[in-house]
Amino acid sequence: MSRTFLGMPGIASPGKSGQTFPGNAARAVQNSQLRFNLRKATRTIRARRASVVNELPDWAELRQAGKAIKDHTLRNLDTYLIQLEEAVTKAGGHVHWAADADEANRIVAGLVKATGETEVVKVKSMATQEIGLNEALLEEGITAYETDLAELIVQLGDDWPSHILVPAIHRNRSEIREIFADNMSGWGRPAPDDLTDDPAALAEAARLHLRERFLASKVAISGANFMIAETGTLVVLESEGNGRMCLTLPETLISVVGIEKLLPTWRDLEVFLQLLPRSSTGERMNPYTSMWTGATEGQDFHLVLLDNGRTGVLADEVGRQALRCIRCSACLNVCPVYERAGGHAYGSVYPGPIGAILTPLLRGMETELDRSLPYASSLCGACYEVCPVAIDIPSVLVELRARARHPWTERAGMAAAGWVFNRSGRLARLQRIGGQMRTMVPKRLPGPLSGWTDTRDLPRVPKESFRDWWNRTDGGSR
Amino acid sequence: MSSRDLILARVRAAVAGVPDVEVPRAYRGTASAAAGAEGLVELFAERVRDYKAVVHVVAEPEVPALVARSVAERPARRLAVPGGFPASWLEQSEIDQVTDEPRLGAADLDAVDGVLTTCALAIAETGTIVLDAGPGQGRRALTLVPDYHLCLVRADQIVAGVPDAVARLDPVRPLTWISGPSATSDIELNRVEGVHGPRTLEVVIVV
Amino acid sequence: MRVALFITCVNDTLFPGTGRAVVTLLRRLGVDVEFPEAQTCCGQMHVNTGYRDEGVRLARHFVDVFRDYDAVVVPSGSCAAMVREQYPRLAGSGAAGVVAGKAGGGGAGAGRASGFAAAAAETTPKVYDLSEFLIDVLGVTDVGAYFPHRVTYHPTCHSLRGLHLGDRPTRLLQQVRGLELVPLPGAEECCGFGGTFAVKNPDISAAMCADKVRNVLDTGAEVLCAADNSCLMHIGGTLHRQKTGIRVMHLAEILASTEHRQGGSR
Repeated sequence: MSRTFLGMPGIASPGKSGQTFPGNAARAVQNSQLRFNLRKATRTIRARRASVVNELPDWAELRQAGKAIKDHTLRNLDTYLIQLEEAVTKAGGHVHWAADADEANRIVAGLVKATGETEVVKVKSMATQEIGLNEALLEEGITAYETDLAELIVQLGDDWPSHILVPAIHRNRSEIREIFADNMSGWGRPAPDDLTDDPAALAEAARLHLRERFLASKVAISGANFMIAETGTLVVLESEGNGRMCLTLPETLISVVGIEKLLPTWRDLEVFLQLLPRSSTGERMNPYTSMWTGATEGQDFHLVLLDNGRTGVLADEVGRQALRCIRCSACLNVCPVYERAGGHAYGSVYPGPIGAILTPLLRGMETELDRSLPYASSLCGACYEVCPVAIDIPSVLVELRARARHPWTERAGMAAAGWVFNRSGRLARLQRIGGQMRTMVPKRLPGPLSGWTDTRDLPRVPKESFRDWWNRTDGGSR
Repeated sequence: MSSRDLILARVRAAVAGVPDVEVPRAYRGTASAAAGAEGLVELFAERVRDYKAVVHVVAEPEVPALVARSVAERPARRLAVPGGFPASWLEQSEIDQVTDEPRLGAADLDAVDGVLTTCALAIAETGTIVLDAGPGQGRRALTLVPDYHLCLVRADQIVAGVPDAVARLDPVRPLTWISGPSATSDIELNRVEGVHGPRTLEVVIVV
Repeated sequence: MRVALFITCVNDTLFPGTGRAVVTLLRRLGVDVEFPEAQTCCGQMHVNTGYRDEGVRLARHFVDVFRDYDAVVVPSGSCAAMVREQYPRLAGSGAAGVVAGKAGGGGAGAGRASGFAAAAAETTPKVYDLSEFLIDVLGVTDVGAYFPHRVTYHPTCHSLRGLHLGDRPTRLLQQVRGLELVPLPGAEECCGFGGTFAVKNPDISAAMCADKVRNVLDTGAEVLCAADNSCLMHIGGTLHRQKTGIRVMHLAEILASTEHRQGGSR
């Protein structure tokens, strides 16, 4: 099987050798503007999330239900996929199945071509980002216009997304103003001459830029947050109204959705419509949620069900819990590593803690970059604590580390440490040698250990270990 | 083998022998409180105001005057009014009513000043109104393209929480859940009201 | 009640003063603590770095050494969390059998694996972080300590989110005579140590630590206290490099201090 494609061919090309998370992160951490932007944004959202989560007395119970509903769905995914297909078809929709990114792109391009259109509008969607749909459509002569504000910033800036929910989180208001002023004219209506960096003015510029596009578009492409097997209903949560524009105005709607987005019953939404907005944007409810079943209000509706590596993850006993993910990005917002490294360092459309497990699970650990992702965490556990479907990200990271190929120097060091720890006598002898050589420990360590002494002093090695003290004094009684 | 069969076969192989899971539903389900109870009206009004929407709570006989005042203040002259919207509520308003029959084109929709609707139900805890294209609500684009949306909510349509709403709604109808005016958090994760949807949402709660 | 001290390899080798403080403190409270000499390491470094087979070998050794005690006191939130959280998982995973297979040869694998699972299930609930042992087992919060200094407390990730120690450590510190406890801004955030994370991702680790150090300096405390010397080694190494003059002390060292003999032998 070919490697699963996960977007981002440019910045951190998975095929390009030499890319690693620590290397990418080391460069990012030097970018003080980036760190300032990320720090400000993640701290704002953390506080908002905490306040709306804490006001629900039954958050823990909702979280347990959310986790169980997803596990049950995954366990019976074949049954529910067939049920969904029947319901969507019965409601006048067309269902397509795509085993990988290439097939999904081919299907979508074919559907667009059949309409005779060469332009499409898009609702922000991780699935289409993952399969590189925009690039694939361009090769077929079809231009895809992103309509979510953050996606628009990324597209106009010829940039890459760095966050699941807010792909332009790495940009601040004055950078966004510049991108709009310089590049809007190349894509459509130019930015107003007197554009300021006031967020309201920037939002207004986006409104004006996209207005005519929405009103004229014949074909839209979306993802979905949830699909209901029993009714065939698709659900999209959004804030700006760009989603509603794409979902309702065009004559043809194509939704590309990962197979794990299923929920068995309509009732299950009562759980996820509480978990997702509060975890994601830190709101009691997002401004707009659209739900439609099959061909609605005269629209031609196509659903493309996407595997692209998901069934491989499903077969992974430890890793399959990552398929519970509802892409809320709470784990990114709370992660101290993400806050400092930024999303591009992860070299995947899925950054942050969930990306550190999802990317290697979907794509494998063939490259240095993908092998370094499970180590992009101090295992502090903040991600697990905020995850609304209780994905134990630290445990999956540890599991992936056990499967990764390790450098030989490290293997030798770990084997030596294991040998010492296997017998307490060996440890005691080593401690005594350390105690005798304590004055000879250099201030700067060599090789990979220099990372420590670049910014930190080492503790002084004591003359006597605890166990020698215990033996000498009979546990302090002499 | 078709991709459909391939994916289904992969799924079956992946989950073979994996035990199933019971779903614990110990969270707050449908509330015992009746819809429209007094506390719910207040909570709903407060939560909608949190989204920076304009909220009024009025008695039924005052509705025509309030609607007239609201649209005049905007000012909104040409207003889309979906079929089934109670005509009596518009008695005092000096407006040009635009109907959606036959269907308005996108450009025509963009040319109206606003839209007046009822709703299917409302959720107190989250400050949400839900439209299901029923009488007085119109199709989905009608409440999207115009820049001003005035929505009338009867007190007995306000339910306590999300589970109550899900239990009452018909998933086969096109549904739009609206919680405040159009907004974005895409710039430095700060919420800014007013992007592509109506930038002004006015909610009239009829008690 | 037979109480054992699991000193941890880091404390044993680099911070023996913490171990001496635990012994002093427990003796003062009437606990005759034992030190099983065969103990070495809980295996956390190996498991968390991806060397699970080595880690399971050490975990197996740990439960062999400690299974007969009624309580095992650990002056490290991280090592206690390793034993309590990860051992049951290691026992359930295939790795336990694989290692046994290699060590015991062929068919002995399965039997020994389940032996580890049983021993782990028996031992892990008896493993306590120091503050849990003092409050939950001994039922004391005032341990009779005296430490007239301005102190701030860093809760450490594994104490907070692994063991869920909550306010136990600060309740103990609040009862120490003379001690002024000042809150640490952003206390719940990781200091960036993360075991081998500090070496594998040195730039991010240092950036995290720099923020932690800034928060510590903002408190105006003389002493930074935690229940884990590995995090303190990390933050303390930066505090020392920056010549801040702020000392780091393990919780046990403060709790062992009295008017006659003040702890903190670093």
